[in-house]
Order: sequence, then C-alpha cells, then structure tokens
Amino acid sequence: MSDAKSYEPGHHPSLPPPKNLVGWQRWVWDNLFGTVTNTILTLLSIYLLYLILPGILDYFIFDAVVNASSRAECAELGSGACWAFIGDRFSVFIYGFYPDELRWRPNLTFILLILALIPVLYDNTPFRKYGLYFSLAFPIIAAILMVGGVFGLEQVDTRLFGGVLLTIVIGVTGITFSLPLGIILALGRYSNLPAIKVVCTVFIEFIRGVPLITLLFVASTMLSYFLPPGTNFDLLLRVLIMVTLFASAYMAEVIRGGLQSLPKGQFEAADAMGLKYWQTMRLIILPQALKISIPGIVNTFIGLYKDTTLVIVIGMLDVLGVAKSAVSDPVWNGLSVEIYVFVAAFFFVCCFGMSRYSMYLENKLHTGHKR
Amino acid sequence: MSVASDTDSTPQRGGIMRLWYDSEARQVIIQIFTIAVIFALVGYLIHNAAANLDAIGKTLGFDFLFQPANYDINQSFLEYDSRSTNLKAAAVGLINTFLVAGLGILIATVVGFIMGVLRLSKNFLMNRLVYCYVEGLRNVPVLLWILLMHGFIVTNLPSPKQALSLNDSFFFSNRGINMPSPDPHPLFWATIIVFLLGIIGSLIFKNYAKKVQDETGKILPVLYVSLGLIIGLPLIVYFLTGMPLDWNTPAMQGFNFKGGYVVKPELIALTLALALYTSAFIAETVRAGILAVNYGQTEAASALGLRNNRTLQLVIIPQAMRVIVPPLTSQYLNLTKNSSLAIAIGYMDITATLGGITLNQTGREMECMILVMAIYLCISLAVSGFMNWYNSSIKLIER
Repeated sequence: MSDAKSYEPGHHPSLPPPKNLVGWQRWVWDNLFGTVTNTILTLLSIYLLYLILPGILDYFIFDAVVNASSRAECAELGSGACWAFIGDRFSVFIYGFYPDELRWRPNLTFILLILALIPVLYDNTPFRKYGLYFSLAFPIIAAILMVGGVFGLEQVDTRLFGGVLLTIVIGVTGITFSLPLGIILALGRYSNLPAIKVVCTVFIEFIRGVPLITLLFVASTMLSYFLPPGTNFDLLLRVLIMVTLFASAYMAEVIRGGLQSLPKGQFEAADAMGLKYWQTMRLIILPQALKISIPGIVNTFIGLYKDTTLVIVIGMLDVLGVAKSAVSDPVWNGLSVEIYVFVAAFFFVCCFGMSRYSMYLENKLHTGHKR
Repeated sequence: MSVASDTDSTPQRGGIMRLWYDSEARQVIIQIFTIAVIFALVGYLIHNAAANLDAIGKTLGFDFLFQPANYDINQSFLEYDSRSTNLKAAAVGLINTFLVAGLGILIATVVGFIMGVLRLSKNFLMNRLVYCYVEGLRNVPVLLWILLMHGFIVTNLPSPKQALSLNDSFFFSNRGINMPSPDPHPLFWATIIVFLLGIIGSLIFKNYAKKVQDETGKILPVLYVSLGLIIGLPLIVYFLTGMPLDWNTPAMQGFNFKGGYVVKPELIALTLALALYTSAFIAETVRAGILAVNYGQTEAASALGLRNNRTLQLVIIPQAMRVIVPPLTSQYLNLTKNSSLAIAIGYMDITATLGGITLNQTGREMECMILVMAIYLCISLAVSGFMNWYNSSIKLIER
C-alpha cells in the first residue's frame, strides 16, 4: 500500500482481473476440479478413457491388418481388426450387383444428386433459382438413369440394386416424398373439416402404431392381393411406397407440433387480410410452422435413413445386407464386429452430418431473440 | 356422385359455382367427396383382394390358429412344444416381445436418466464422454446395433468350456449367460411376507411423515426408515429362519452348462441393443426437459434456503417431468416397435412366430399380418393411453 497512487474519485484505471479468475487455471478449476463431485467425475472419466481407449485404438487401428486375402491370413499378420475384407468387397458394398459395365450410371446419378442438393442446402448458391428447378426434376432424371429402359438406356433389374446404392435410393426417395405428403397429412389433421380430420388421424395413428417391419412384410407378401389380378409391380417400388408412407406419418406429427405452437392470432390476422385457406397456409402458417419444426423434420429424415436398413428382413441387400452376407462368407468368417463397425461408421457419417446441418439451419433461420 | 345430387337439388342459375363460393357448402362438398373417394378406394381394394383370393382358391379364416405349429421355440415361458397350436406359438411370441420390451424400457430409462443428467454436468470430460456416447449410439441404425451385439456375443465370446466366470456362479459364453437360480425352502415364505409388509409399512410411514411435516414442519427420515423396513427387516427374518434359500449354480456337464437360469445370446443382444440405443434418445429428452425449467426456479429455491438436492427433488424434477413425459412415451413405443427386429437374429417374438414362421408354413399372409398389426396397434394404444393418464396426473393445474 506504500506505493499506492491516489486517484480522483471515478478516475481509477481498469485493472486486469485477478490471476485466479482467468486463463487456463480458472478453466481447469471450473470445469474439472472445482468441487468434490467434479473431481470425482473427472477422475472417473479419466479412468473410463484409460479402460476403453487404448484397447479400442490398438484393436481397430494400431494392430489392425489392412492387406490380406482371407481371415486366416489376417490372423497370422496381426492381432487386431481385419479390414482387408473392405478392399475385397468394396464394389459390392457400393453398388450391390449393379452390372459392371453400367456403373457409370449410378456414378453420374450420384454426382447429379450432389449438384441437386447444393441449391437446396445453401442459400447463396449462384443461379439458385435454376438450380432448384433442376433439384425438382432430379428424382425423375435419377429414376431414368438408374433403371433405364427409355432413351436407349439398357434396363436394369431393380433386384440388382444393393449396397450403399440401395440405401441412398430408398433414403433419398423417402426423404423427398415424405415431406410434402407429411405436410398434407398434418394440414389434414389440423383442419376443421371433421371428415378430413378423421381420415388423416386414422391414417397417421395406424402407421405410427405398427412397426415398419410389418409394413414391409405387407409390401412384400400381401400388397399384391390388393391390386387388380395380373398386375405385378416391382418390389423396390412397393418398398419405396411403404417407407415413404411410414415416414410421412411421423413427419405429419412433427409438423402438426409446429402448427399447434403458432398463436391463434396468426390465423385470425390472415383471415382479416382476406387470404384464402391455401394462401394463408402457403404465405403465413407453413413458413413459420416448418421453421419451428426443422429439428423434428431432420430427426425424422435421420430416422428414415436409418430405417432403410430394415429392408434386409424382406431379402433386399442394402449396405447392411451386404455386410450380413459378408459375415457369413467362409473366407471372412468370424469378422462380424469389424464388418458391422465399418457399416456403422458409414451410417454415423451420414446421420451425424445431417444433424449438424440441421443445427446450422436452426441457427440461420433463428430470427427471434435468443436467450 | 354426391356433388351431382347437390346441384340437382338447387336448380338455380350457376348453382354449382354458387355452392362452391359458399364456404360452408364448399366444406360439406369437399368432405363428402373425400369420404366417397376413400370408400371407393377401400371397396376397390377389397374387391381386388376377393377376386385374387378366389382365383387361387384361398379363403379367409382363422382356423389355422388351432392347428399344430410344427416348429420349436428355444425360449419360452409357457409350456410349448412343436405339437402346440399356432395360437400358443403366437402367445409365446407375445410374451417374448413383452419380456424384451419390459427389460429394454427398464434399462433404457435408468441408463438414459443417468446419461441425461451427466450430460448436463459442468465437468468438461464427463460432458464430452456422454456426448460421444449419445451421438455415437443414435446415429447408427438400431438393427445394426442388434446384429453387432449378437455377432460380438456369438463370435467373440469364448465357448462354454472356457466361459468367463464371475465368482464361479455367473458364466458368460457364446451360448449366453448362465446364472444361479434360487431354490427356496418352505420357510422362505416368511421372508417374502415380511418384505411385502415392509413395503406397505414404508408407504404408511411416508404418509404419516407428510402429515407430520404439513402440521409441524418437522422432516422425518423417510428414506432410512423405508430402507430399514423394506431391506433390513426381511434380512433379519431371513437370518433368523436359518437362511432357507439355496442357489442352484450352473456347472459344466459335457459340452454345456446344467442347472441355473440361462439367458440366450439373442435375448441379451436384443435387449442390450434396444436399451442402449433408446437410452441415447432418453438422455437427450431428459437433458432438454431439465434445461426447459427456467433458471429462475433454481434461484428462487436457493432464495428459500433449499439445499441442492432438495431443489432438484422438489423444484426441478417435478417441472422437468412435464416436459419429459410426452417424448419419453414415444421412446417407449419406439422401443416396443423396434423389438420386432428380433426376427433378424432369430429371437422368437410375435413378429417372428406369428408373422414369420406361422405365416410361411400356413401361407395365411392376410390373416397373420392383420393379427400382428392389430397386436402392435393395441400395445401402442395401451401404452400411450397409460402415459397420457400419467401425464395428465402430473400436469400443471392452472386456475
């Protein structure tokens, strides 16, 4: 206190905060060792990491074998995981049984898919308007490219679709068509016309009440009974319809949540402006309701994408189906953990990407006040 | 059709357009039209189905349920053999579905709540670890988890001969878990009766304690008294009656274990996969629910002088439950519906018995699928009915 200067009242310069309130020491104190519980939790997590991490890293990375021609060879080369099957079966994992010489078609479709997604996903894409028209036309282009049979393209049996290709076909089709259908169903359930409300409610509750697997069984075994005698349409198409219907029921509930959270004043204001029902919905209600329900919508998309794996129970070979057949291959027998972990990584990348995108979108569209 | 009859009854100029511009009439027309279309569609489908069934000479009927099933089920709580009827096979399947769903819901709820609370902890490491757990589990299809878990148990666990043992009574092998089964003596009933009495006694004591607290503000130690009544008292009776309970421990005989209970790998894989997968979703639900309680509530509780655990117990959790219960219901329903994936690893649930083998053996697609779907619908409606009741019982009563 000896060399303390004296200041005029109100003229003291701002001092830096005390050492123990800033910097990494403070962070460690706050986040790791502040209280007894916190310290116990820190030690517990370090212990857990110590238990799990080295084993997993050793098994899947450091001791893993990448080049081998069979499981037995893998076992000789190293004690860890055997990733050699990926190279051996890579093309089946990606294309299923799509004919070798026609693989440029799925490749081209995939590139077009990415081109179609860009204008949908990012606002400031150049020429976004034209890009969106292309995105709208994309499902038709993709169907023509993949299946063929017109414009001199050789027809490919949909039973040859498999692997990642089939997963993406089912996932993208379901996502594309379930959103509009879900919006219509949600509006129907929210409508004040009793007949339409009942029809939509019964449909939604029925679909939500049964597992997807039973609907797929219906598609594969029972649906042909309900069509005019002699018609026989593609199993893949039947599955696509069922998956879309299934997702649309869940979508409808998510969007209904958004509709219900809007204050009644919005509807009344639209009425007062003299807007008709569809104008009200298109211009006032849906933009707000959809914005609120974005997290739910993306969650439904992710759920749908994961549910595409269920097609293996009716004998289709999507990426999980290919993995399952690889597990029972005598050459790679006993590799179930590696193979399933590989497929799990594929799904994780896709689904985690989607959920990250939804967070980005939520932040971007957040026009209100943030707490 | 109905539109035409409406116009006939109003023979004015521009009658149909006038009706269309009258909003009430338009609503009626749209509804009649919708119903007509739906009925026409359903009629068309039924007509097709009848024609198709006729063409292949099939009739609809549920008499196949009372014919012998001719297949075995490896895990069954009812007496069942291959000569039992299809109906009995379906019942066994239904019980197996309930078993998986019940166990799964129990584990998922416990793990999910713990994870959800830990996810909110201020501890950086724990927070990140739980984040990895949640994101890792829920971004991978549940079917994949089931197959992975099953594959791990069947291929990576040792054979029964080299089974990993815990205390020489629990054995983990690729044939499942073998565990001791209780073998009670007659006198053991005394312990069970005391246990039940303990539960009743602690409920009475809880009411009494609440009354005392309401009247005098004195807080009685409910937890310790209840623990003493429910656990301590039966233990004393158990030792006094001379420990009348033997454990039937499994032991190696030939190539497999004899004695005790055995839990099949399919049941373990399915239950664990479903439970852990759902627990990730429940954790997020719980986190959102707790975050939804305004921080002012915590501050108000502190201002009233409540300690941390009392704040959590009396202020935060009751309010968070209102937010948590509706999504929790749909997670329970999802778990129950996802249990139908049992068919992928050969666990005999209702889908695998009635909708799988019975369907394939009898060729009764229509009847089997209708029954299976009806059963799942009933389960869904029952669970959501119960949860709605629970939800309304904890709802905020507004004046």
